[in-house]
Amino acid sequence: MAEDTKLVYKYLRHDKKFPHVWCPGCGNGILLGALIRAIDRTGLEKDEIALVSGIGCSGRLSVYVDFNTVHATHGRALTFATGIKLAKPKLHVIVIMGDGDATSIGGNHFIHAARRNLNLTAIVVNNNIYGMTGGQYSPTTPYGALSTTSLYGNIEQAFSIAELAGMAGASMVARGTVYHASLLDELIEKAILKRGFSVVEVISHCHTQYGRKNKLGGAVEMLRWQKDSAVRLEKARSLSQEEMEGKFTIGVLVDRDLPVYTQEYRKVREAAKKMMARPS
Amino acid sequence: MTRYEVRLSGSGGQGLIVAGIILAEAAGVYDGKCVCQTQSYGPEARGGSSKAEVVISDEEIDYPKAIKPDVLLAMNQKSCDTYIFDLKPDGILIVDSTYVKQVPSTRALAIPFTQMARDDVGKEMMANIIALGALATLTGVVSLTSLEAAVLARVPVGTEELNKKALDIGIEAAKNLPKENAEKEVSYENSLNE
Amino acid sequence: MATKNAGRQVLLQGNEAIVEGALAAGCRFFAGYPITPATEISEAMSYRLPGVDGTFIQMEDEIASMGAVIGASLAGVKAMTATSGPGFSLMQENLGFACVAEVPCVIVDVMRGGPSTGIPTHVSQGDVMQARWGTHGDHPIIVLAVSTTQDCFSITVKAFNLSEKYRTPVIILADEVVAHTREKIRLPHPGEIEVLDRIRPNMPPDWYIPYENNSRGVPPMSSFGEGYRYHVTGLIHDVRGFPTERPDEIVPFMNRIFRKINQHFADIQMVHEESTEDAEVLVVAYGSVSRSARRAVREARQRGVKAGLAQLITLWPFPRQTMEPLLRKVRAVLVPELNMGQMSREIKRINQGMTRIETLNRIDGTLITPAEIFARLVKL
Repeated sequence: MAEDTKLVYKYLRHDKKFPHVWCPGCGNGILLGALIRAIDRTGLEKDEIALVSGIGCSGRLSVYVDFNTVHATHGRALTFATGIKLAKPKLHVIVIMGDGDATSIGGNHFIHAARRNLNLTAIVVNNNIYGMTGGQYSPTTPYGALSTTSLYGNIEQAFSIAELAGMAGASMVARGTVYHASLLDELIEKAILKRGFSVVEVISHCHTQYGRKNKLGGAVEMLRWQKDSAVRLEKARSLSQEEMEGKFTIGVLVDRDLPVYTQEYRKVREAAKKMMARPS
Repeated sequence: MTRYEVRLSGSGGQGLIVAGIILAEAAGVYDGKCVCQTQSYGPEARGGSSKAEVVISDEEIDYPKAIKPDVLLAMNQKSCDTYIFDLKPDGILIVDSTYVKQVPSTRALAIPFTQMARDDVGKEMMANIIALGALATLTGVVSLTSLEAAVLARVPVGTEELNKKALDIGIEAAKNLPKENAEKEVSYENSLNE
Repeated sequence: MATKNAGRQVLLQGNEAIVEGALAAGCRFFAGYPITPATEISEAMSYRLPGVDGTFIQMEDEIASMGAVIGASLAGVKAMTATSGPGFSLMQENLGFACVAEVPCVIVDVMRGGPSTGIPTHVSQGDVMQARWGTHGDHPIIVLAVSTTQDCFSITVKAFNLSEKYRTPVIILADEVVAHTREKIRLPHPGEIEVLDRIRPNMPPDWYIPYENNSRGVPPMSSFGEGYRYHVTGLIHDVRGFPTERPDEIVPFMNRIFRKINQHFADIQMVHEESTEDAEVLVVAYGSVSRSARRAVREARQRGVKAGLAQLITLWPFPRQTMEPLLRKVRAVLVPELNMGQMSREIKRINQGMTRIETLNRIDGTLITPAEIFARLVKL
């Protein structure tokens, strides 16, 4: 068996009736591949992983993988993950969200999870659109872009998910694309192993909704756009602002050691036990 | 004692809810009675009106709030004017004469709790403890030993002596009230010596 | 031991007694967001839980609180949240998830005047229907009402037990009066109370079918990280937990989640009756109002009126089996409640002309008094 086939056999659920719900050419499949390759590299047991997803195309990922999985409510994946992690800190909790999921309906949870710095891995698939509901604009839809709810052009400014996560206090922030699949493997692996709240923004494409409406071509053309627009962080440092116009950086953007919530809470428990031991 | 109702009223920040809790703890935990302590308060943490009630009974208490209070403590004019209408016909009215200048009944028992807290304890916020001492002495609703135990268990560490002093000042003030005023209601069955 | 005051007489607020009850029932996780008049529950949990190796977290809102509670329960820890009407509205989304994914958890709603921000510091019983139908779609739910500080302890234990036994969220409806009233209660020793835990799978993981039907209607529940990897979803799912759109899989699933409650009504439905044996007129009340009703009924008895009280502990599923015979034998029924008639509507629904139902409603933030109920009772 080829290496990837072995991984597919090891990590995907046999009792789930495939095929999956994603369109042919969707970036979610590449992400799924990167995810299981990264997990395999970490050497973690399947039982040690809880995978929580939100709602939307990316949200369906959790059903296909053989971990402890939750397909949570829209925007709330991080809140479920918070409960799981606090109740059983030995579990590695990975959260898969879409751009609308994580930064619109779940925007408040996203920034607070980053601020709290609980040891979670958040993977945000950014395809600039609400795909599953049929192509409405999201918080990451570029200014001027067309969608089924911005037929005259989007008049809102887009969030940068990675910058948002960094400003909110995440310990690690990375950005990758589904085109740069092997880099994505590395970023996800690093994020899983990072202590503290880590975010991987995965630039993906929705040719079915976003691509078609904005005349960006099919999956291949949109992947080519990722190839042409993404600049490795190391290289981006040497480029001028003009040279970076219309491009985005990929790589590990933030990596720092901050107090982790579970460690801090251990101190709370110790203090509480001292208090309880006092004669009342 | 079938059902005895106490209402403590005044403005937020006068410590009435704490006083209610202490009274309930004294009667319930230390004297072994059934107690229900309720309160009503507004959104303000300080100021606004504040009301705490304690229902004390030998039997299980059904309705938790005061229906016709046996005792009303009014720590300001507004609460005195408002709640005098609810007091039982033979009920006891105790007012803080520091703030209640228009005493509505000749049978009211007036003691300047806040003034005494300022002058004799040196802390205005102790007016509630002085009032509790007086109230317990005048009504006999809780034993003074239980009240003292409850006060000392509830107050912040390091303030026990001061609170004990405030309690004693209240007890003394109640005992020194002119007899003709107090005669009918006062029960001296409780004292620190028992 | 969670309750260091076990065996002792203590003066506690209703909200504090709920915390002690939860800890005694084995609750070790609490997520909440500050809201009057439920805040004392969060405060006491933040103080108590870390001392017993539990976890308290203040989340960014009530939506998140409910999500975290579900997550903790999936990981095998008994979990609770507490809120009031506005926060309870926010919890409805994830409450539905807990119903459909069959995640045991306890939600305390300390009712205050509504709608909207309403009357934050004053009492109400306006959330009776929200507790029943607040989340969308058809779902079974267990809702218990507390009326005394002692109830706050023991009904909370019961709530956890039902929640674990039937793999369902259980809602405790308290109200501002019950929550803030301090009463003396005795906290039992650990051995004195019954504590139930969810049934866990004991078959090999390969054989585990997480949502398989059985005679109880309640499948065993595995905790995350114990070898039984399974999928949890808010989508209607098949017996393996995978999303389905097949009517032949949807129907058995929906039937089961209703049946697991319906076939155990006798265990779930609790009504406290007082003087109902020979009653000619009946008061049906719950929560703090039942205390006023109890006094009114006793006073009426003293005046020779054959009055009785049916105090509803279980509001939902509505205890029809207990209530129908009572309705059949009394001349008239009075339903006092701090809303415009939410429970009386249900009582009228099952009454079917057996007796006369009268209502007594109050929505001004104050408790209905014994005198008001008495006055109506003697005229029934």
